[in-house]
Amino acid sequence: MDFRLTEDQRALRDGVRALLTGRFGPEALRAAVARGGRGLDRALWRELGAAGFFSLRLPEADGGAGLGLPEAVLAFEEAGRVLLPGPLVATHLAAGQVAGAAAGETVVTAVHGGLVEWLDESDTVWDDAGGPSGAVAAGAVPLTSVDPLTPLHRIPEDLLTGPTDPLAVLLTAAEQLGNAARTCEAAVQHARTREQFGQPIGAFQAVKHLCAGMLVRVELARAAVYAAAVTADPVDIAAARLLADDAAVRGARDCLQVHGGMGFTWESDVHLYLKRAWVRARRGGSITESEDVLADDLIAGTGR
Amino acid sequence: MDLTYTAEEEEFRARLREWLAGALPALPPKPSPDDWPARRAYDLGWQRRLYDAGYAGLHWPLDAGGRGATPVQHLIYLEETERAGAPYVGANFVGLLHAGPTIAAEGTAGQRARWLPPVLRGEEVWCQGFSEPDAGSDLAALRTRAWRDGDDYVVSGSKIWTSHAEVADWCELLVRTDPAAPRHRGISWLAMPMDAPGITVRPLPTLAGSAEFAEVFLDEVRIPVTHRVGAENDGWRVTMVTLSYERGTAFVGEVVACRRVLGELARAARDNGRWDDPALRRRLGGLNAEFRALWRLTQWNVSEAQRTGGVPGVGGSVFKLRYSHARQELYDAAAEVLGPEALDLEREWTRDRLTSLAYTIAAGTSQIQRNIVAERILGLPKGR
Ligand SMILES: Cc1cc2nc3c(=O)[nH]c(=O)nc-3n(C[C@H](O)[C@H](O)[C@H](O)COP(=O)(O)OP(=O)(O)OC[C@H]3O[C@@H](n4cnc5c(N)ncnc54)[C@H](O)[C@@H]3O)c2cc1C
Repeated sequence: MDFRLTEDQRALRDGVRALLTGRFGPEALRAAVARGGRGLDRALWRELGAAGFFSLRLPEADGGAGLGLPEAVLAFEEAGRVLLPGPLVATHLAAGQVAGAAAGETVVTAVHGGLVEWLDESDTVWDDAGGPSGAVAAGAVPLTSVDPLTPLHRIPEDLLTGPTDPLAVLLTAAEQLGNAARTCEAAVQHARTREQFGQPIGAFQAVKHLCAGMLVRVELARAAVYAAAVTADPVDIAAARLLADDAAVRGARDCLQVHGGMGFTWESDVHLYLKRAWVRARRGGSITESEDVLADDLIAGTGR
Repeated sequence: MDLTYTAEEEEFRARLREWLAGALPALPPKPSPDDWPARRAYDLGWQRRLYDAGYAGLHWPLDAGGRGATPVQHLIYLEETERAGAPYVGANFVGLLHAGPTIAAEGTAGQRARWLPPVLRGEEVWCQGFSEPDAGSDLAALRTRAWRDGDDYVVSGSKIWTSHAEVADWCELLVRTDPAAPRHRGISWLAMPMDAPGITVRPLPTLAGSAEFAEVFLDEVRIPVTHRVGAENDGWRVTMVTLSYERGTAFVGEVVACRRVLGELARAARDNGRWDDPALRRRLGGLNAEFRALWRLTQWNVSEAQRTGGVPGVGGSVFKLRYSHARQELYDAAAEVLGPEALDLEREWTRDRLTSLAYTIAAGTSQIQRNIVAERILGLPKGR
């Protein structure tokens, strides 16, 4: 047993990080916010396709990289760090099944947790059961999305097909992990430099303890998400989801608190992390679904 | 990211499992929690069996009398012994989990030869004399004084919350050897025989009603200078080694125990009808997530330790913070499952609920752990 990342996995993570920070750094993020939910960056989508983001898990014979869930989780964690917009999870899961998805030519969205992201900008919609769904597109009702970078449609109850695909839950948890890690870093960075009462605010224990709490949640979520990627076990995935949602949502809130009044402004990026974390927390289906999976497991006593 | 165990590791697990299956039925009945001498005898008896079977000090280095096992083998050992319901380390806690490893790392050859084998063979019990009435979290404020008189230190002062003091043979004792030096610089780490003249042990009942720890009064106790581990006045550095072991590895096996308790809770709730309450079910589901993740974090930390040669890092503070709170929540949930019975002290879960209150205090409070995480991992400035 060696749970650490392999050399190859670290190289992959660093590679994705370099690609994403170069192609979707803070300025690109602000520009995307300025565009609002209009216009998914198709050029970026194709670049992601070319870099293998969507085809990562496809067999080499089918033009993929033949990698596994752990590698996909590392890539999605990086996407979460930079708040990369778009129906990334749905397109990734559709690769190999919907023509053009793997290459980033086709944008695929899906119903997750009763919502559809980026419906108007996508080429096709999948439903919860993992099949194409025209009915969904027709019945979807637009919302004014809280997240400026994720346009949303709600799906009427009678069109819902079932629980959310565990793989979508896991990849979403990976994005939440990246989100959480990034807000922890941002909070620490701010706490080191912002001065009040003649010293960096990070010297105040109240601030210090908020930051420590954030790191603890990130580290626990990381262990859970990576383990679920290795086992692909639905109970592990449910656990990963709960911890990653918690780390992302509470981490973003605490980050906002550490930023003070600055954190409440539109100009600061902090609110974007919180709002996206909220959207993704819903994407995994309701929290109670995951808790029920974990509760049933206790009675079944699989234990591992 | 590999969670599969190697064939060698699986073979180790299988052998251990087989041995446990044979050894456990032969155990004497568990003594009453209030009968200290009987508890000591029970814990040492189990240690002796482990020693005879070659499982004592598994993770200690070979030259310290240990088996030089890898951190992963140690993890398997903790997992399997707990799963099989083997006795907890108990009175051997300090000796095996932090005094021993400290002596192995910092002691002279003579000190290792004198103190390590009896710990492994289950012959001697250690306790920890760090805290004082005015020096708990602020450990470096300790005032117990030691001055040189020929080949001895003469020690006066007092210690408090000393677990297992009543039945201990040795105490890892922190004393101030240079009162004029800055506070972290004038401390030394001594091994004190608990039967030396001048030592008074006064049991200090805990909120659980048991005498788990004690006050220890030291009145001109003579301790040979040769009992000092590390250089004179360099005890703070040695102490950091001790604390890293205490926080780094000491609670790992207990995660497995908590997972077992959680399963028992769920089945008890099903049997008494409380399982029909969705709020309770979800609470237990949430705890399942928590303890699964803590186990994964343990595997992560053990994989890291494998790289650093087994020395636990400050990652232990991350683990301890979350674990101590989760454990308290576990027993709060147990109270919910028990209903009115939760107020009955005869119930094991009720006693365990009381005990769990110590986890956010002992071995460094949660506030102190957060300071450590913030300053040593996140690099935030020191301050107040
Ligand atoms: C069951 C149990 C067993 C123990 N066994 C042993 C043993 O065998 N040997 C031994 O030496 N000791 C032992 N201890 C002592 C333990 O290490 C101390 O209790 C602990 O370090 C806290 O110190 P204190 O009790 O003096 O509390 P204090 O330091 O007085 O703390 C009181 C409160 O103030 C907070 N506080 C203190 N300083 C700070 C700060 N800088 N920032 C923020 N908050 C702060 C604490 O978090 C706590 O909430 C044991 C304790 C318990 C409960």
